[in-house]
Amino acid sequence: MKQSELLIAFLTIIRREIRRFMRIWPQTLLPPAITMTLYFAIFGNLIGERIGEMGGFSYMEYIVPGLIMMSVITNSYANVSASFYSAKFQHNVQELLVSPTPNWIILTGYVLGGVVRGLLVGLIVTLLSLFFTKLQVENLFVTVLVVFLTAVLFSLGGLVNGIFAKSFDDVSIVPTFILTPLTYLGGVFYSINLLPEIWQNLSLLNPVLYMVNAFRFGILGVSDINVAWAIFIIVSFIVALFTYGLYLLNRGQGIRN
Amino acid sequence: MTHAIEISDLKKRYEGGFEALKGINLSVKKGDFFALLGPNGAGKSTTIGILCSLVNKTGGKVSIFGVDIDKDFALAKKYLGVVPQEFNFNVFETVLNIVVTQAGFYGIDRIVATERAEKYLKLLDLWDKKDTQSRMLSGGMKRRLMIARALIHEPQVLILDEPTAGVDIELRRSMWEFIKKLNEQGTTIILTTHYLEEAEQLCRNIAIINRGEIVENTSVKSLLKTLSMETFIFDLETKVTPSFVIEDYPTRMLNEGHSFEVEVSKGQSLNSIFSFLSEQGIKVLSMRNKANRLEELFVKLIKDKE
Repeated sequence: MKQSELLIAFLTIIRREIRRFMRIWPQTLLPPAITMTLYFAIFGNLIGERIGEMGGFSYMEYIVPGLIMMSVITNSYANVSASFYSAKFQHNVQELLVSPTPNWIILTGYVLGGVVRGLLVGLIVTLLSLFFTKLQVENLFVTVLVVFLTAVLFSLGGLVNGIFAKSFDDVSIVPTFILTPLTYLGGVFYSINLLPEIWQNLSLLNPVLYMVNAFRFGILGVSDINVAWAIFIIVSFIVALFTYGLYLLNRGQGIRN
Repeated sequence: MTHAIEISDLKKRYEGGFEALKGINLSVKKGDFFALLGPNGAGKSTTIGILCSLVNKTGGKVSIFGVDIDKDFALAKKYLGVVPQEFNFNVFETVLNIVVTQAGFYGIDRIVATERAEKYLKLLDLWDKKDTQSRMLSGGMKRRLMIARALIHEPQVLILDEPTAGVDIELRRSMWEFIKKLNEQGTTIILTTHYLEEAEQLCRNIAIINRGEIVENTSVKSLLKTLSMETFIFDLETKVTPSFVIEDYPTRMLNEGHSFEVEVSKGQSLNSIFSFLSEQGIKVLSMRNKANRLEELFVKLIKDKE
């Protein structure tokens, strides 16, 4: 395919992905808005006032970056895993397979679709947080870079999940039993400095910790982790998952006989 | 001469060890109307799956318009349009979006794609349904939608896998008229069907596949010439007696004497039957083949190889 044709194919996949999650906005955009508003109201306002300061900020200010990141992570992941599995389930993934669109375009198209949803939900949650606290961005470049890379990383994770999934249960197992615990234990609600040393060290094995802290650094200017190291970790995961995802598509895992 | 499709020594062994294709050879000429027939599980869908990259082959070569799929599958795919057996579109998408999106996967600009979508949806009587979600369409409309989608990149070869399964007679006929016109305009058509009379009426060349092997590959005319026996049914104006027989022709009474069937071997003439009936003063209202001729051959070929 020529460069211009590749671009058209790429934009077609993204457009289709955006159309999909916009069509079902009560399932994709509304729930995170309601859930995060409840987090802000209950954890931030009611309980947060009794907790006091964390890392030199009010508890509400401290958890806002983590909650934005949590929304980005779950939504970018869910978008790609559900969309890709649904395309397998309805067999309409064949529309792409019979076409000359190369696998790397299929992969990046699906991933960018997930990134758009993740960032859109992140933006909605950010706007909602303004009703509860003042938000000032300390380092815009780090903030944007980290949230974008995180959305890419979890979209890739969602794609791998979608490729392997054989039922809708398989699509929900990973977010429920792996992603949610990693996110809750990834420093969204607390600084790891509060933990005993052994739990601090164990927390360092959790990749979500690096994303949440790097993003918190972008917004508040504080982090439990070195930001450059965090970005390096995120990029390394992206490279590994991109390579693995492309290998699976080239192999025809779950989509070709 | 470059063929539309050239298949040589094509093999497919599935992970469980089942050998779906045992090294088949097949070529389809440009502009042909070609039928690929075979019983269920014979290897038809596997062959088509390999052609359109839904199945990975385990051996052999496939060329589409001279392009080896192992060397440039992307280019080869541009020549092909596929109408699969099962509905495989997103049921929540609208008709127009399904067709225009498919064009995008072939790198076709959105403006051109929308113009073509209008053209094909109008030709297939779906334009007034363009904003309808595909799940709301009837079975026949869904089939036509898949044809419109397969044509959106204007392929040189159109593969139809059981396209008329479950479609009513009227719609089936209009669908075939449409496909025949496409063929007259130069599109090569390859079809699999269980309705053998369709293959007999529409196709010029035919291949019969059974248990992963090609058991016959010839023109429909040549194949029909090999038929050694045909059975005809005569409907009569007046009843004949139970003892009625035509000499040299195995005869059987039907419908309490209002009809009879007779077996005619290759080389035997129908004239002597009509002469005999005239002499007896028996008036014939109509005459027809008992079974589809191709069907008889198909059954015979499949049995011979078993």
